[in-house]
Amino acid sequence: MNKAEFTQQLQTSLIGLSQEDINRSVDYYTEMIDDRVEDGMTEEDAVAALGSIAEIRSKILEEVPITKIVKEKITPKRSFSAGEIILLVLGFPLWLPLLLTAIIVGLVLYMTFWIIILSLYVVDFSVFISGIASIIVAIVQPAGFFQGMWFAGCGIAAIGIAILLFFGFNQITKGMLFLSKRIGLGIKKLFVGGRTDET
Amino acid sequence: MENQMKRGLLDVCVLAAIKIEDSYGYQIVKDMSSFVEISESTLYPILRRLENQQLLTVRTAEHNGRLRKYYHITPAGLDRLKAFEEEWKELKQIYEFVTREEKHE
Repeated sequence: MNKAEFTQQLQTSLIGLSQEDINRSVDYYTEMIDDRVEDGMTEEDAVAALGSIAEIRSKILEEVPITKIVKEKITPKRSFSAGEIILLVLGFPLWLPLLLTAIIVGLVLYMTFWIIILSLYVVDFSVFISGIASIIVAIVQPAGFFQGMWFAGCGIAAIGIAILLFFGFNQITKGMLFLSKRIGLGIKKLFVGGRTDET
Repeated sequence: MENQMKRGLLDVCVLAAIKIEDSYGYQIVKDMSSFVEISESTLYPILRRLENQQLLTVRTAEHNGRLRKYYHITPAGLDRLKAFEEEWKELKQIYEFVTREEKHE
């Protein structure tokens, strides 16, 4: 692949980003190719050294906020004609509920994600508190020696379980955060790119 | 290396690469490559991020009849490097703790 082909493909793969973002990325990578060529590489080698377009695209998308991509997608590129405006107004009962639904579904998915994480820690915290409580009961109000010992034992066990769960939940949270990042990148990829990008 | 840690370290390395004088993308990759593995496509989002955080500024200058972007560290960028030195002292203590030898009597 030579520089012109590379530039062309990169541009296509970034369609959907703002023109400014596309230009910046393309400028950056052409500068890299030029500098490598100046350093004694052939143009083809310089392009090859940059890695695949798909990889470059993922890296670029990582730093672009998802909201910016969506905004770019839904902002019309030209002003509406009178006919389109009339259609939009007439279609209002149809598209408004659809739009609202889409927003609400997105919001609910987002909330669910954090609530799952929150609930894990709430469970952990309550196990911990119940452990402390039963130890306090064992000390303050033992109904008898054996019952007191039983409560104290349960309390210590509960605290132990809570500590172990805490580390387990941390791992789950880490996994979920990683997953959410991957999903985010996947959504960005849905919005960005022409059809010829996956080469 | 763990991802999050490496990400932070790469940011600091890029700032360090332009600490003494302004530099451009390819030169930064070359300067860093003897210390840490980095590709141009990894560098790109880092430069964007550092620019957004105002730790560096970008200017365009002509070079051999084409344009090249030069990166310049800001006072905030220098502060970030200073902060890294402090963090490093702490990390070094942790390292010494982790790798300490068992004492044999």
